[in-house]
Amino acid sequence: MENNLCIAGFGGQGVMTFGKLLATAVCDNTDYNVTFFPSYGAEQRGGTANCYLIISDREIGTPMSDILDDLVVLNQPSYDKFVSKLKMGGRLFVNSSIVKPTSDRSDIQIISVPATDIVVGMGNIKVLNIFMLGVYIGYTEIVPSESIWKSIMEKMAGKPSLVELNKNAFEQGIELGRSQK
Amino acid sequence: MAKVLMKGCEAIAEAAVRAGCRFFAGYPITPQNEIPEYFSKRMPEVGGAFVQGESEVASVNMVYGAAAGGTRAMTSSSSPGISLKSEGISYAAAARIPMVYVNVCRGGPGVGVIQPAQTDYLQATKASGNGGFRMRVFAPATVQEAVNMTYKAFDYADMDRNPVLILSDGVVGTMMEPVELPPMKSDDEIERIKESKKKISCIGHPLGERVWIKPGVWDTIMWENINKDAEKLYESWADQAEWESFMTDDAEVIVTGYGIAGRIARSAVEIARGQGLKVGLIRPKTVYPFPYKAYEMIDYSKVKAILDVEMSIPALFLEDVKAAVKERCPISTYLRSGGNLVSREEMVSRIKKLASR
Amino acid sequence: MELVYTRTKTLQEDKVSGFCPGCMHSTIIKLIGEVLEELDIVEKTTLITGIGCCGLHMDYVDYDEITAPHGRATAVATGLKRTNPDRIYYTIQGDGDFAAIGLGESISAANRGENITVIFVNNAIYGMTGGQMAPTTLLGMKATTAQNGRNAKEHGYPIHMCEVLNQLTAPVFLARCSCNNPQNLRKTKDAIKKAFINQIEGRGFSMVEIVTSCLTGWGLSPLEGLDYLEEKMFPEYPLGIVRDI
Repeated sequence: MENNLCIAGFGGQGVMTFGKLLATAVCDNTDYNVTFFPSYGAEQRGGTANCYLIISDREIGTPMSDILDDLVVLNQPSYDKFVSKLKMGGRLFVNSSIVKPTSDRSDIQIISVPATDIVVGMGNIKVLNIFMLGVYIGYTEIVPSESIWKSIMEKMAGKPSLVELNKNAFEQGIELGRSQK
Repeated sequence: MAKVLMKGCEAIAEAAVRAGCRFFAGYPITPQNEIPEYFSKRMPEVGGAFVQGESEVASVNMVYGAAAGGTRAMTSSSSPGISLKSEGISYAAAARIPMVYVNVCRGGPGVGVIQPAQTDYLQATKASGNGGFRMRVFAPATVQEAVNMTYKAFDYADMDRNPVLILSDGVVGTMMEPVELPPMKSDDEIERIKESKKKISCIGHPLGERVWIKPGVWDTIMWENINKDAEKLYESWADQAEWESFMTDDAEVIVTGYGIAGRIARSAVEIARGQGLKVGLIRPKTVYPFPYKAYEMIDYSKVKAILDVEMSIPALFLEDVKAAVKERCPISTYLRSGGNLVSREEMVSRIKKLASR
Repeated sequence: MELVYTRTKTLQEDKVSGFCPGCMHSTIIKLIGEVLEELDIVEKTTLITGIGCCGLHMDYVDYDEITAPHGRATAVATGLKRTNPDRIYYTIQGDGDFAAIGLGESISAANRGENITVIFVNNAIYGMTGGQMAPTTLLGMKATTAQNGRNAKEHGYPIHMCEVLNQLTAPVFLARCSCNNPQNLRKTKDAIKKAFINQIEGRGFSMVEIVTSCLTGWGLSPLEGLDYLEEKMFPEYPLGIVRDI
């Protein structure tokens, strides 16, 4: 088993946190190997951000594969840039609030979620990444959701006021992800 | 011991701390900023010192000083910054001062690109400063290797009384992987190491017992003899080269690369083997001393071609591979540069072509 | 008979001066040695030499020494002092070393308030390399790389390191001295002593600039050199304590 995932969006959408939380959960709770590789640019804010996450039961060779199994796109430029890299039968998780799937690819699974609208409805756009992480885990069940939640809680240690909001976003994401199966 | 998920740069810094490094000076440059940042937080916790130098030049000379004072010391930078450090590295090599430094290589020449590359190979292995000195140079392919090599580097530096270089790159430096950290040396142990260097450290001595650190002398014969001593040291490393050979016994194509390119190559070899191709890998772990022996163990009667993979255009690692292969089989190259990674899939298709020759 | 004067024990016993006749470096070496003895810190002290004639100090003293790359003595001292705070570290640097190639290191070490002592020897010329222009070369003064004399338009003006460092908050002691007569010699020794006492007491960065001659570089006799100091150098580089806090 080797799963190549790319998470892409605007800088500030929490793309890196998404990747790191998932990588941490894999490291702490499974016997899988994992690599998290952030693409990095000169800009600190704005621009596009993406990271690659490989989960494998063998030694990981390339931390950034040309062919993706899974792709999470949170904005239009990321969709345009990466959709062609998804393998046949690959899974595309798309924030349909702000991404219009323009490609004619019919050979992939598309999990379309109006993520921005939903989290705005929850009252805080900052949990977009946690919500999408929930969708991804709910759909793929690549690692148990409890282990991800543990990683989220560890990350939020010292910010108890945000726990409820994140829990809500994560659980709604899981539910939505499961329902799309 | 449980594995922890760590970024390459931070893991390198933690490994250094655990090896007893108690002085770090450096200057920010992408993609290795997490090294000085980590040390700035960690050093005060362990009673060490961190200085953000005013330049790479100043930083490496602070380390030259700290190491001459008996403390395990380290600096780090990325390609253009490493060029600036070459002054201090040369002085440390000349004066036989143990120190460790890390190059998280980005794409050059010039300011180049901040993305990963392997364009400093010749600088790292042939001439890291003026004067024709040599250093052990380790090339990690994983965060775990970066940790292990950094930890060991301090022992080598002390043993040889010579600088040691960790030649990393922007992938290993910025990626996160689970790592098992080596044991933390105790304060007593670190004190013992420092104490063992007391007679050769600049800490003040009674008159008549002075420590005199000489990165140069006036007497030409004396300096020639110092060069000869250094040469003996460098030659003593010849049989200490380290490498990974993978499925080379029956191989018709051998892929060779170091660091991240070598790691990606291994996974390409696995895929190609899965497709029934007779392919193997040689990945040097030390790029100085270079593991010539690995290439001597090849059965050239079976080998159709060697594929050199590296993230440098023009090819640089190729020069050592050529010297090792000695025209016993054709060498093909697959090169990327400019901050672009070599692709596993592209390697597989090249292996296929070479195997069908 | 009562012994009233002897060579400082900090000198290598059999060593004979190889400095040019009339050079003040040997005097400076002696003054520093006497101060180290008087403060009883010889066995704790390491000298960090710069490049140039200052580098020759290592051949005379008998205590610990490390040669820094050109201009980097204060950086090397920083690394040493930060890791051995109970030991004594001082640099000896010429005008090229301290005020040209090492300007960044000099200002930065001073600005960090490193607890070290700097002895800066300013003779307005590059001596060892054969009389090239220094950042401290006087206007009109001839050098092998300014053969018609330094002119402001092309070369800028002499740099005043005490005053430059006096712009910083951290340094605790900045003094400009000379060794041209017994009175100034005494003041120089006092300044050097103060600079070391500051370090012993952990007070921070101290720098003593010593304005000297380079008879070979200047092309003057010893007596002419003394006159040149009084008439040309001191007006440009006025002697005195610039900062003492």
